[in-house]
Amino acid sequence: MGFRGWIHALSVGGGSIGLPGPELERRLIELGFVEGARVELLHEGLFGGDPIAVRVAQTTIALRRREAMAIMVNEQAPA
Amino acid sequence: MKADASLATPITAFPVVALVGNPNCGKTALFNALTGGRQKVANYPGVTVEKKIGRVTTPAGRSLRIVDLPGTYSLRARSPDEEITRDAVLGQLRGEAAPDLIVCVADASNLRLALRLALELKRVGRPVMLSLNMMDIARRRGIEIDAGRLARDLGVPVVSSVAVRRGGTDALLSEIDSMLAGLPAAGASSWSAPGAGELRNTQREADRLLAVAVRGSGERDAGTARIDSILLHPVAGLVILLAILFVMFQAVFAWAEPAMNAIEASFGWLGTLVEGAPLPDLLKSFLKDGLIGGVGSVIVFLPQIVILFFFILVLEDLGYMARAAFLMDRIMGGAGLHGRAFIPLLSSFACAIPGVMATRVIDDRRDRLTTILVAPLMTCSARIPVYTLIIGAFIPDREVWGFIGLQGLVMFGLYAIGIASALGVSFVIKRLFWRGTAGEPFMLELPDYKVPRIRSLAIGLWTRAAIFLKRAGTIILAMMVLIWVLASFPQPPEGGTEPAISYSLAAKIGSAMQPITAPLGFNWQINVALIPGMAAREVAVGSLGTIYAISGGEEAADKIGQALAGHWSLATALALLAWYVFAPQCAATLAVIRRETGSWKWMWVTFFYMLALAYVAALVTYQIARVLGAG
Repeated sequence: MGFRGWIHALSVGGGSIGLPGPELERRLIELGFVEGARVELLHEGLFGGDPIAVRVAQTTIALRRREAMAIMVNEQAPA
Repeated sequence: MKADASLATPITAFPVVALVGNPNCGKTALFNALTGGRQKVANYPGVTVEKKIGRVTTPAGRSLRIVDLPGTYSLRARSPDEEITRDAVLGQLRGEAAPDLIVCVADASNLRLALRLALELKRVGRPVMLSLNMMDIARRRGIEIDAGRLARDLGVPVVSSVAVRRGGTDALLSEIDSMLAGLPAAGASSWSAPGAGELRNTQREADRLLAVAVRGSGERDAGTARIDSILLHPVAGLVILLAILFVMFQAVFAWAEPAMNAIEASFGWLGTLVEGAPLPDLLKSFLKDGLIGGVGSVIVFLPQIVILFFFILVLEDLGYMARAAFLMDRIMGGAGLHGRAFIPLLSSFACAIPGVMATRVIDDRRDRLTTILVAPLMTCSARIPVYTLIIGAFIPDREVWGFIGLQGLVMFGLYAIGIASALGVSFVIKRLFWRGTAGEPFMLELPDYKVPRIRSLAIGLWTRAAIFLKRAGTIILAMMVLIWVLASFPQPPEGGTEPAISYSLAAKIGSAMQPITAPLGFNWQINVALIPGMAAREVAVGSLGTIYAISGGEEAADKIGQALAGHWSLATALALLAWYVFAPQCAATLAVIRRETGSWKWMWVTFFYMLALAYVAALVTYQIARVLGAG
């Protein structure tokens, strides 16, 4: 909780369980998850810490960990 | 003589202004502010999405049609709602012209995603303008927007609006006026579904606009952060959610009671008026039992539905609904349901009709269908009169383990079976039918909390109540008339000693059903009561009264109970209870499922799977009870 950083990549896998990778990538971008955006973990659910609520730039988005795994975050600000 | 132009011109001739925006941008509040009461809700042909159209007269005296389109983050549609937005904007809707002007509505305190949508809308080739909504909130939070700069860089006119304040939409309306006056010819659409790269570039461009034209927008709303630290707390959040639900149920049952009694009394009074009127008996029976009794037995649920929707609309306007979905997602997910299915299933405790209608918040078609299919399994308030009657007659009023009433325990058990079977059925549907298909991810914006506006609430409540009443006046009315005909014809012969209904078509059907229902322990009288119960479950109570020749109708519930106890075995009573947990005994719900899914297929799927469950449940209950000596 309280973890923050900057997105440095979206890494969608083959999408064997969830959405196909390219579609997941598009949806994440549509909700504002693009490289360079600032993110902060705000809340976690009771069971297994899932789902999570993430602050991305000026918006708060709830999503499951499975999808959030695709968001690669650096703790350093991008140059 | 000068004709009023607005009356003489058909409404379809007015220019169309479409409101497009992200979810939670205050678009509906803006629509309500612009149109006031002059709006109507209809359905788009062939689909289930509500089409909200209102009429507006601009300061320059121009008449417009304003369309409120479902919220979306992109024209790359995912849900049925969003497809409507895409098709309406692109002018691809059957029988609808493309909008003359697109107003992109944005929450001024949350511009980032809205600007990306605005950039995408520009590609459509239609005139676009950006309306910065909720400017008052943005200003209070110290957000400064250079609207001139934004308009220049974005390349479309930008106005600010405050939907909830008088005069807050003046600037918007006069800009619409001046745009329509010099309306440029619509250009060719260069829109095509964007890929990841294009979406990324558009968002980068939106971020650049944000950097040059907006200051102080990065901070999180302090009030929202404080409230969320409690309401989204992993443990406290769930406890509070349960407490809210508890209050809601209490309210639906307790607050509605006086109003329900009043409605019942007034329909009863109407009935006695007819009784005393100098009319032929047959016509009297038609008016009293068919029309007044039939429609009254449904309208009596209006107070519960209004109270339920009051809670739902308040929680929605507050911004709490998204939080409830967040808190329940994992629990619902275990049964193969989407977090957003929570609210529709909750509504179904009052009545499956608003429950099924509320599934529109679910993006994914399959998740939505699953929710619609199981919603009627939640114990709706129409089952209560039947449960109460049978439990009162057959379950002894004693305490178990010293403090729990046995009757109450059985009632609770029936509710629990309903919930468990809804979860079980959705689990089976997910595993069996939609195996291997992509699981819809749960991704949802948690908007900042906002104080609900009374005006917006009132309009929302009125719209819901009107839809319900219209349905009661059409579909339900028609079913009631049909059932009255079945129960009344042919008329009893001269000197017939049996109750009139036993000579009717309904009784013949009841007897014909005997071979099928005998293994459930149902006699022909129960079969007959099941037929009128098809229109609305609670009607079965009154029907049993008629069949066992007891006068006094529903006030005589105790007497009906005594008569039943004399005629039925305990096994039969338990089997009937089991039947009622599952049986698709509600024509109105089936009709709304047909409407919401847009197909007869899913209506019949619901009907038959519930019928099968009811039959098996009643069969197992009856046979086991008989073996245990309750036959």
